[in-house]
Amino acid sequence: MPQEDVKIPQQSTAGAEPLLRVTGLVKHFPITKGMLRRQVGAVQAVDGIDLQVAAGQTLGVVGESGCGKSTMGRLITRLLEPTGGKIEFQGRDITHLSVGEMRPLRRDVQMIFQDPYSSLNPRHTIGTIVGAPFKLQKVATESGVKKEVQNLLELVGLNPEHYNRYPHEFSGGQRQRIGIARALALKPKLVVADEPVSALDVSIQAQVVNLLDDLQSELGLTYVIIAHDLSVIRHVSDRIAVMYLGKVVEVADREALYGQPMHPYTNALLSAVPVPDPKRRTARQRILLTGDVPSPINPPSGCRFHTRCWKATEVCSTQEPPLIALATGHEVACHHPENAPAKAQEKNAQGKGAENGPAIGNQPTDL
Amino acid sequence: MSTAGSDPLRKDSDRDPLRKEDGPAPSAGATVGEPVLTARPDTAEAFLAVRDLKIHFNTDDGLVRSVDGISFDLQRGRTLGIVGESGSGKSVTSLGIMGLHRTAKARISGEVWLDGEELIGADPDRVRRLRGMKMAMIFQDPLSAMHPYYTVGAQIVEACRVHQDVSKQVARKRAIEMLDRVGIPEPHQRVADYPHQFSGGMRQRAMIAMALVNNPELLIADEPTTALDVTVQAQILDLIRDLQKEFGSAVIMITHDLGVVAELADDLLVMYAGRCVERGTAEKVFTEPQHPYTWGLLGSMPRMDRERTERLNPVKGAPPSLINVPSGCAFHPRCPYVGLNGGSSETIVPELRETAAGHWSACHLGEQDRDRIWTEEIAPKL
Ligand SMILES: Nc1ncnc2c1ncn2[C@@H]1O[C@H](COP(=O)(O)OP(=O)(O)OP(=O)(O)O)[C@@H](O)[C@H]1O
Ligand SMILES: Nc1ncnc2c1ncn2[C@@H]1O[C@H](COP(=O)(O)OP(=O)(O)O)[C@@H](O)[C@H]1O
Ligand code: SF4
Ligand code: SF4
Ligand SMILES: [Mg+2]
Ligand SMILES: [Mg+2]
Repeated sequence: MPQEDVKIPQQSTAGAEPLLRVTGLVKHFPITKGMLRRQVGAVQAVDGIDLQVAAGQTLGVVGESGCGKSTMGRLITRLLEPTGGKIEFQGRDITHLSVGEMRPLRRDVQMIFQDPYSSLNPRHTIGTIVGAPFKLQKVATESGVKKEVQNLLELVGLNPEHYNRYPHEFSGGQRQRIGIARALALKPKLVVADEPVSALDVSIQAQVVNLLDDLQSELGLTYVIIAHDLSVIRHVSDRIAVMYLGKVVEVADREALYGQPMHPYTNALLSAVPVPDPKRRTARQRILLTGDVPSPINPPSGCRFHTRCWKATEVCSTQEPPLIALATGHEVACHHPENAPAKAQEKNAQGKGAENGPAIGNQPTDL
Repeated sequence: MSTAGSDPLRKDSDRDPLRKEDGPAPSAGATVGEPVLTARPDTAEAFLAVRDLKIHFNTDDGLVRSVDGISFDLQRGRTLGIVGESGSGKSVTSLGIMGLHRTAKARISGEVWLDGEELIGADPDRVRRLRGMKMAMIFQDPLSAMHPYYTVGAQIVEACRVHQDVSKQVARKRAIEMLDRVGIPEPHQRVADYPHQFSGGMRQRAMIAMALVNNPELLIADEPTTALDVTVQAQILDLIRDLQKEFGSAVIMITHDLGVVAELADDLLVMYAGRCVERGTAEKVFTEPQHPYTWGLLGSMPRMDRERTERLNPVKGAPPSLINVPSGCAFHPRCPYVGLNGGSSETIVPELRETAAGHWSACHLGEQDRDRIWTEEIAPKL
């Protein structure tokens, strides 16, 4: 595809105003010490994220444990106060709305949590849990809260007669459905789901994935789905953002991300996914990363991935690569991207004096 | 009952095709020259032979039939994968083999032969001595297996000295060596760290170091990578594979992740409600699965190695109770083909039958129905 100016980040969904737009989003958790609670540092959980989500689409967010996925989810649902940056929902700046100002918006933006076991109050009945949003929002429904709740239970594939039961009487998959019913109560526009299926068995996981899919087409929902499982993310997402240590390192449409991953970290992640085909294991080339994820308290200089990257050169440890579009709708933050169109690669390396610099080692062999 | 994983004539070159350059993969139908297994190989031949293992627990709610008659063989140098949904009895099976159930609560019957020695009826002291030396286990949650108050090094030293008559210095040197082997950076310093000072992946590796310090001949890994990121998971799987190659250990890999199993296992055992429903070489079970539950497992998984499907095909319903196990085939309340067998699915427990050479399945479906369903309904959607 001809690309006039590769430096302008571009969404494949350009044109339509995105439902959600996040610019330079930052969240630092202060680390304090001693009686005076003097700040001695900060966990840079989310450190400058730009994202857009088009209405009716699903944005998948992947990355290793601790890279800031959940923090990002809680920021865009405004369960956390951002340290910096901007969050726009339907074109409106909601970055620093107070709890009161957020209340009308709560209807539109909902969150589903990771753990179906701890996210439901064990002392409340299913009816109370799923009905709570109506009461909080003081929504007087014509048919009454109970009727609404029973409709919701039916919608997520639960028996409406379970209205008076308690969470412990349900399996993990059923509890996750209860969480989904609660999130859908007020007919939200945007649903942020943080690891909605990772605590579930594979068959139950598939049931919930199908349910989320049905609800999206039925109700026209927009999803941000956070998960660490790359197969699940591929299945559910239209567009995918890959996070590493508080930053988005690559964003692209599903086919592009899985077909032509450009960031070395994305390549490593994809190559590490075990493939359920015993015949394939001989043919596969795995990129093994050395070492653990560095600490978000002291992130590495330059490109944060340079301590584990097999393509790293000197420029990587000194200069942070910006997130730029190297193909239509395909943004990546790397000095030496893989699979990049030749022209884009040239542009990217310009002025950095490290065009195809020598890689440190080739394929890292760990251990 | 006969067994998989006991194929003594299997070519050595089949055994570890890992990391070789891509040669042509053996075709699924390449069974022509393969020996037909004798129905029941002599238990003395297999390094590990499990026969009709049952583990039931008395609880206030009733008798929990966690494991209800499992049999298999495992040779040195080979890896058996055990898969099944949560609660199907995978962990209880492995703890049973290791002799780690408290006998007061658990009712255990059947036989476990390790290198010709029967363990179920054996003196607990003898089993304790074998544990950590001849057989070792890696647990899902490394925090529960490591003591929070002792350093990682001290715990590995202890594991080493319990079984080997070596000085503290030698054991310490060995601990550092093992930490290095499992990829802990700067092992000389990290050996003095406490478990909580390690990241999740490092703790998992430290526990593997502890399990392997005495070069066990049987290694049981119970969901060793479930809590880990894919990049760390890949490191751990490689590590287990390398160590197995080096020491020729027999490995049991327990997981609910079919991808992990496909990476490592030579043979596969699929569990449902405490029983084995399908067993065979990993390749057979993946390419020509025969049991409806295995079909469901495969259909539930989004697969990165295939074209993306619009919809997943999960097993419907929820896992069964192990107190009131469904009558007949325990899978029948969730099985779409329950109606094809003239009522026997609901009433008669299907025996594990050899349905193809080296491939066993416990299902009443006739061969014709099974093949038709597989080729027409299941395979095209995977
Ligand atoms: N309230 C908090 N105070 C201090 N640090 C925090 C807080 N919440 C999160 N962090 C830190 O911020 C970083 C990102 O955390 P986050 O929960 O967003 O990770 P994640 O990507 O969701 O990981 P996982 O996949 O394990 O859920 C981590 O280092 C975490 O320890
Ligand atoms: N000590 C115990 N007492 C009673 N029931 C148990 C005990 N340990 C396990 N179980 C039950 O046995 C069944 C199988 O458990 P387990 O082997 O841990 O499953 P998994 O296949 O997930 O590893 C479950 O229903 C579990 O609740
Ligand atoms: S910028 Fe350098 S270190 Fe970072 S991912 Fe690209 S090549 Fe690797
Ligand atoms: S025996 Fe019947 S119920 Fe059980 S798996 Fe086979 S067809 Fe399904
Ligand atoms: Mg999280
Ligand atoms: Mg278990």
